[in-house]
Amino acid sequence: MSAFLTVDDVSRVFGPNLNTGEKIAARLGAQVETRSVRAVSDVSLTVSKGETLGLVGESGCGKSTLGRLMAGILAPTSGTVLIDGAPVMVNGVKATTRVQTVFQDPFASLDPRMKVGDTVSEGPIAHGLTTRAQAKAYVAGWFEKVGLDPGWTDRFPHQFSGGQRQRVAIARALAMQPDMLICDEPVASLDVSIQAQIINLFLELTRDLELTTVFISHDLSVVQHVSDRVAVMYLGRIVEVGPVAQVFNNPAHPYTDALFGSVPKLVLDADELVHFDTITGEVPSPLAPPSGCYFHPRCPLATPVCSSDVPCMQSLPDMRTVACHHFKEQFAKSFGKAG
Amino acid sequence: MSAPVLSVRNLRTHFFTRAGVVKAVDGVSFDLSAGEIMGLVGESGSGKTVTGFSLLGLIDEPGRIVEGSIKLNGVELTSLPDAELRARRGKDISMIFQDPIATLNPMLTIGQQMKLAIDAHERLGKRAAEARAAELLTQVGIPSAVARLRSYPHEFSGGMRQRVAIAIALLHRPAVIVADEPTTALDVSIQAQILFQMRDLANETGTALIWISHDLAVVSSLAKKLAVMYAGRIVEQGPTAALLRDPRHPYTAGLIASLPAMATPGTPLVQIPGTTPSLLSLPTGCPFAPRCELATSDCNTEPEITFVGDRGWRCFHPVSHARELTT
Amino acid sequence: MSKQSTPLRLFWAEFRENRIAVIALVVVVLLILLALLASVVSPQNPYDLANLSLMDSRRPPGFVGSGGYTHILGTDPQGRDLLSAIFYGLQISIQIGLAAGLVSLTIGTFLGITAAYVGGRIEALIMRLVDLQLSFPAILLALVIVALLGQGKAQLIGALVAAQYAYFARTAYGAAKAERGKDYIEAAVATPLSTRLVVMRHLLPNCTPPLIVVATVQIANSISLEATLSFLGLGLPVTEPSLGMLISNGFPYMMSGRYWISVYPGVALIILIVAINIVGDQIRDQFNPRLRR
Repeated sequence: MSAFLTVDDVSRVFGPNLNTGEKIAARLGAQVETRSVRAVSDVSLTVSKGETLGLVGESGCGKSTLGRLMAGILAPTSGTVLIDGAPVMVNGVKATTRVQTVFQDPFASLDPRMKVGDTVSEGPIAHGLTTRAQAKAYVAGWFEKVGLDPGWTDRFPHQFSGGQRQRVAIARALAMQPDMLICDEPVASLDVSIQAQIINLFLELTRDLELTTVFISHDLSVVQHVSDRVAVMYLGRIVEVGPVAQVFNNPAHPYTDALFGSVPKLVLDADELVHFDTITGEVPSPLAPPSGCYFHPRCPLATPVCSSDVPCMQSLPDMRTVACHHFKEQFAKSFGKAG
Repeated sequence: MSAPVLSVRNLRTHFFTRAGVVKAVDGVSFDLSAGEIMGLVGESGSGKTVTGFSLLGLIDEPGRIVEGSIKLNGVELTSLPDAELRARRGKDISMIFQDPIATLNPMLTIGQQMKLAIDAHERLGKRAAEARAAELLTQVGIPSAVARLRSYPHEFSGGMRQRVAIAIALLHRPAVIVADEPTTALDVSIQAQILFQMRDLANETGTALIWISHDLAVVSSLAKKLAVMYAGRIVEQGPTAALLRDPRHPYTAGLIASLPAMATPGTPLVQIPGTTPSLLSLPTGCPFAPRCELATSDCNTEPEITFVGDRGWRCFHPVSHARELTT
Repeated sequence: MSKQSTPLRLFWAEFRENRIAVIALVVVVLLILLALLASVVSPQNPYDLANLSLMDSRRPPGFVGSGGYTHILGTDPQGRDLLSAIFYGLQISIQIGLAAGLVSLTIGTFLGITAAYVGGRIEALIMRLVDLQLSFPAILLALVIVALLGQGKAQLIGALVAAQYAYFARTAYGAAKAERGKDYIEAAVATPLSTRLVVMRHLLPNCTPPLIVVATVQIANSISLEATLSFLGLGLPVTEPSLGMLISNGFPYMMSGRYWISVYPGVALIILIVAINIVGDQIRDQFNPRLRR
């Protein structure tokens, strides 16, 4: 399978962005934060045509930033993002319409002062996918595809519920006729009973339109449900990538294992006292990440080599890659648990 | 079972707004014993947060408790004058919020804030107050508690701040703590640590806990008892495991069945049709009827809650073999 | 929903609930109409020197002059009918207030949004300039500029604009900076849409609420600033008296009991400014989510 989206050694650094006053204060010795954050650090990744890649991790791990780099919203500090061989961004400006984004919060991602029909049609009109005269019919068609009444194009966002707004946002992305969709937590701010509707819509559309997708979420059960492959991030680095079944059932990285262990599961047995495999400590500040493997201060398998050397990505025979010095021990542990 | 510490009967809290009367809570009844943890589950607008606020007497204009009784250790709270209610709030019943940064004063150290919280209800010397504060911080899992008393809220991480908020809620060993989505804003690894600790704390201190959440899995790992809210009403309540294994109300059944964890990856999920109703324009009768597959003309009148043993549901057509729905 | 509940319609429904604001709005509209129709409703054209008779000067309200009609509010030192002078004065005051307000709105919004959207050095340059200017009182700036440019309508408007555009720039900057970080702007950029489309169709419309509030207040301020300048003798020529000049004209006679020459134009000015401010306050309250129920 050939790669449709290629993320090649991409990093994104957010500078301290000081204003003049702060610069002077820093010169005079005041405590001004002058360190920068490497939100995404040397990430390489590919997504094949028609595939759904899940991107998981805790808040601040850089999954949203990576999503924005792939969507052409942010320019990488170093490295390149290619879609079908062509760069997504040229000179800091998005150069393609083939990748579109669905954002987390449909209450914030729709212009409150614009009719939803205009929100959906303005991109296609600007890029010649439809004409102003045909826009109404064009939008109505997409409304129908995402399960909205085509007669609602003249309404404003505030007249819709959260789930309906997210459908509008999906219609906006699809109306650009993209090959690829970046979904940043598309169901996280929706009600539980609405989440299933949107997930089903998403599954149906990606299949019917043969979309390649990156699905970013902190909700592991959602990612497990919709993805073919999954990438796990920690403090800006990818620690493990592989087919969903393998990664979820048999994590090769201790962080993946610990993350999955912390997720509460539905308990159906009255006598079962749930045991949480809690990870000790907290995610370190990205301003001052640990040396070597970023996870080593919290890792049960850590040895001295983990605090000195950054583990490189190693390919395993089952189509996955992992960045850990001790993945073999982790495997043994995972198998022990399963058996 | 011992007498309940908290007993709520037919609670109704309505908001009289410009657009009409919002019946945010419209028929909530439950009992809670010492050390018990009850999960209060619902979607946004289901009234779970307003229920929590009502218990603490924190309902402001244009809202008001229009009916019902809240008995805490046998004392009726709804008819209590404001001053007396204030004297009990924080002492006998306290609350933990979703966003700890909004409840902590950024200008005061944690120690000062805990001292203030102690002073509100008790006369305690500086030394003794500090010792109590440090003890509680240790109890909620904050390392080197004595030193941390001199820290300001911004010097703590989100998870640590929530622990501080929990410690403050525990200061006077209240009979009941209402926790409103306290781990929703936290990462899963931190959430797991806090859930674990809350369960132990309730066990050790005998404080009863109402855990408000939209996440069934979180609640199921913590609470022995569960109440599911929809459109201001408790539609189903009972022991957690039994309720989740064999839900009777079609809404509960649909909610559980729609979880991705319940389906084979990649297959369509069971979905509840329609959208959550606006509290301003609820249908007459059962508010879930328009989204319910089992609804008949009976559902045009509102069902009362029926109890069978320790389980109750508000439905004319309870699901009998809910597990079949999920497979 | 048969009737579309557009944001504008909802806005008006809420506005209507505040009776005082509605009265104020009616007053503003009425005063604007009077000003527009000054030549029709006034008993006399106060600018036409041929109409004036010194015999009629400084007469009290109710006096029947040589023109054969009653001077309801009396006459001024030049023998003008005060009521007519007030209508014409209103016209000039509102004209100048609106013109200055709209020009500073345009310039200020352009600068503020440019600063917020472009960022970097241009942002620093524009906003420091604005800050610098905001640190001087508007009246002082206006005085200096009028003194430099000389008298006349255009010069006066120029002075008012120079004194006030900074408020608009600040407001537009603040609003644009806040809106810029929102997802819907990011979504538009990510489509991708051209900068012109993003700014004109998304950023600008969403920055309008605070700008409308500032505009109403600043129009009132322009009017009173103009009145102040005219009162000090730095406004318009004496042949076209604005409200400020009418007040100034009557000022020497206050102590001699001929109060009406100053007081009535003053009352008109106060009613106009207070009414505009009440309307502005209501608009601000409706736009401010913190004050919403």
